[in-house]
Amino acid sequence: MAFTLTVNGETRTADVDGDTPLLWVLRDTLGLVGAKFGCGAALCGACTVHLNGAPVRACVTPVSRVGARAVTTVEGVGKTPAGAKVQEAWKAIDVPQCGYCQAGQIMSATALLTAKPKPTDAEIEAAMNGNLCRCATYLRVKKAIKAASGQVEV
Amino acid sequence: MDGELLRDPTRRFVLKSGAAAGGGLLLSFTMAAEGNAVEAKRINAYVRIAPDGKVTIASKVPEVGQGIKTALPMLIAEELDVEWSAVTVEQALADAKVYGRQVAGGSMATTLEYDGLRRVGATVRALLIQAAATRWNVPVDSCETEPGFVVSGKNRASYGELAEAAAALTPPDPKTLVLKDPKAFRIIGQSHKSQNLDAITTGQPLYGIDVVVPGMLFATFVKAPVYGAKVASVDLAPAKAVKGVRDAFVIEGGTNLNGLLPGVAVVADSWWAARKGRNALEIQWAEHPTAAQSSAGFAAKAAELAKAPPQRTDRSDGDVDTALKSAAKVVAATYSYPFIAHAPLEPQNCTASVKDGKVEIWAPTQNPEPGRKLVAAALNVPEEAITIHLVRGGGGFGRRLNNDYMVEAAAIAAKAGAPVKLIWTREDDTRHDFYRPGAWHNLTAGLDASGKVTAWKDHFVSFGEGDKFAPSCGFNATQFPCRAVDNYRVDVSVMPLGVPTGPLRAPGNNAFGFVLQSFTDELAVAAGKDPVAFRRELLGEPRLLGEPGKGDSFHTGRMRGVLDLVAEKSGWGRALPKGSGLGLACHYSHLGYVAVVMQVTVKDGALKIEKVWAAADVGRQIVNPNGAEQQMQGSILDAIGSTLRQEITFENGAAKQGNFNTFPLLRMADAPDVEVHFKLSDNNPTGLGEPAYPPTPAALCNAIFAATGKRIRSLPIGDQLA
Ligand code: FES
Ligand code: FES
Repeated sequence: MAFTLTVNGETRTADVDGDTPLLWVLRDTLGLVGAKFGCGAALCGACTVHLNGAPVRACVTPVSRVGARAVTTVEGVGKTPAGAKVQEAWKAIDVPQCGYCQAGQIMSATALLTAKPKPTDAEIEAAMNGNLCRCATYLRVKKAIKAASGQVEV
Repeated sequence: MDGELLRDPTRRFVLKSGAAAGGGLLLSFTMAAEGNAVEAKRINAYVRIAPDGKVTIASKVPEVGQGIKTALPMLIAEELDVEWSAVTVEQALADAKVYGRQVAGGSMATTLEYDGLRRVGATVRALLIQAAATRWNVPVDSCETEPGFVVSGKNRASYGELAEAAAALTPPDPKTLVLKDPKAFRIIGQSHKSQNLDAITTGQPLYGIDVVVPGMLFATFVKAPVYGAKVASVDLAPAKAVKGVRDAFVIEGGTNLNGLLPGVAVVADSWWAARKGRNALEIQWAEHPTAAQSSAGFAAKAAELAKAPPQRTDRSDGDVDTALKSAAKVVAATYSYPFIAHAPLEPQNCTASVKDGKVEIWAPTQNPEPGRKLVAAALNVPEEAITIHLVRGGGGFGRRLNNDYMVEAAAIAAKAGAPVKLIWTREDDTRHDFYRPGAWHNLTAGLDASGKVTAWKDHFVSFGEGDKFAPSCGFNATQFPCRAVDNYRVDVSVMPLGVPTGPLRAPGNNAFGFVLQSFTDELAVAAGKDPVAFRRELLGEPRLLGEPGKGDSFHTGRMRGVLDLVAEKSGWGRALPKGSGLGLACHYSHLGYVAVVMQVTVKDGALKIEKVWAAADVGRQIVNPNGAEQQMQGSILDAIGSTLRQEITFENGAAKQGNFNTFPLLRMADAPDVEVHFKLSDNNPTGLGEPAYPPTPAALCNAIFAATGKRIRSLPIGDQLA
């Protein structure tokens, strides 16, 4: 059936089964491949997107449950002030190694900074705990979040 | 044209590679050291210079997060003498005839390419100078370059202006070219960022899983839980009845665990539909001879083999048995480690198109050429009919050195009659890996009254058959302290294995470092000596053990250098509160010498890693300090993750773990700060993707011993501290 979604501020329609995870609607139907498939079971965070600004795992979010909530992906998050700062800091610090987890890291970090503009180490660790990085870029992820929140110099 | 297939206007994924698309000039070099194209295999590169002076440099080695797509083009750009900001990097196609070795493995790219790729850059520069000299009618000697320009007196021309004329000239013999004095380096030795940072941070298509080919279908492929078991029977109808499923079929496959294995493919309009189809399949797998093997069975057999006389001896120096009899103290211990998976975050995937006898493949592979051979054999097409695009891999760690996903995608596409993107599930990825194998080391050492090691014996119990080890299941007997201890022996026994095994970051060494450096720590304790002082004595005078130029030779002075540096930086020997401790380990692998110190605290059974210090000697030049730090930190944290909790176990011939809940990766809260130091030595620069991994597990376990008195002899650490 056809679902109408608001993705990165645009209205998009997807004619898919209602149980299709948002991740695959974004990637295969709408051609937005920024959100990544890592586990399919809410265990890695690679697929993280925002629904009305809150981070969710798109791999376990059926498209039928999205409703009227605004979907933001890494392709569109740069239009928000926090997202733009996070992406800038990510590049300045050169966080990625393989880069595959980084869309999810950026989405979780942006949600964190939107809620808590100057997070402590413990708050960063709590907010980012569900985002796995197999290359273990964690030291730079943490530094980039601090840079994006103006707590350290790049 | 390459990339044409991807130019679907509704999608943004466009791959450009190889040919001189876009107007510029293609300078192609087959720089045969011995003047013949076959000899040229290591020294080849492409440089393209546009009229506006923009330079495109092809990176020949696949990128899987090791940063080679920055490091190798830097070598060319340095000698070419251009601004790094004028350089665009393109991934080269897989083509062994043009590029030679295109393998992301063994930390060998920097080692093998450091000289050759600089000569590629120098050759282009020489051609541009020649073109300028001819244009101005001045002697070549009067010409110099500034980044992007040739100058001679008042004459000045940009590389872009000279490129066309330069391309028509015959390249000089690269051996005759004088390379830059390292003191004049402007690019090498400076920190440069990763390639594709914009695409990564804004989610643009980049990885294998992002590839889109017009008319493409999506596939999933189910293989037997027991490696290589055939499909006995399957009802395909329920899968075909799922909306969106186009087809479902059996792939016969063979018995080669590295090749195309039997299974059932489901092909659909979307990957989700393919998965739903897969869930509807009822497959009966045929019986298989390895269906009874299990981790418990392996362990029981290993204990039995350890008690029996060894099947063979791989090395014997002096007389270990006599030396042990006269030792003042004898220390014996058994060490073991589990199978582990690579678990790159991007599951295995590959896109393939088979049409009119031609095969086009987009693969996140670390090693394309063996994949080409598999595909040629499976589809019965000549190797020349196969084009392989090297697509960025979301992590490799050695997993993508095998090409099973490539031949599966090609076989499914051929049968489906349409281009296919095959994507594995996470569970497929965990259960069908080429695992880092487990093994057992039964160690005995003798110390004399002064605490000097007089004998060292290892009965290594592993997997294989007859005289052969299973893939990546061997032990190279020349590991230190071989040749530093007069009486030294390595005995070997093996048992058969039906599980696929293969290289994982610092193959072999990733486990040997744990065993050798943990046991060395035990000997230091038995000798009543400080672990650093004990290792200094064991290393002895600076000298080369083994033959110069051989990969298994070991320089005691270089190891001493990193040992001393890390001891100094970590404040080795300082007093720590009860429950805290410092641990140290040093190990040589992939031509790199690395020493690691870790500080831990164990409180009520809970381990906290406070900090890590590491020192590495990989020669006289760090090509890209930024990338070097990433690889050092990444390798060390990778090793911490596996040491803490990772284990693949087998039951009924199959891997039990499937997803990250049962095969846990390191998380941010468990990642300590890692301080990295380099010790420059007058040796050729070598790679950094791996050598920091092997000393790490032992440094951690030795720190735990220092903090608690508990010796970890079996990995993972798991709940052993509880
Ligand atoms: S893919 Fe969604 S959490 Fe891993
Ligand atoms: S950068 Fe590779 S998984 Fe995070």
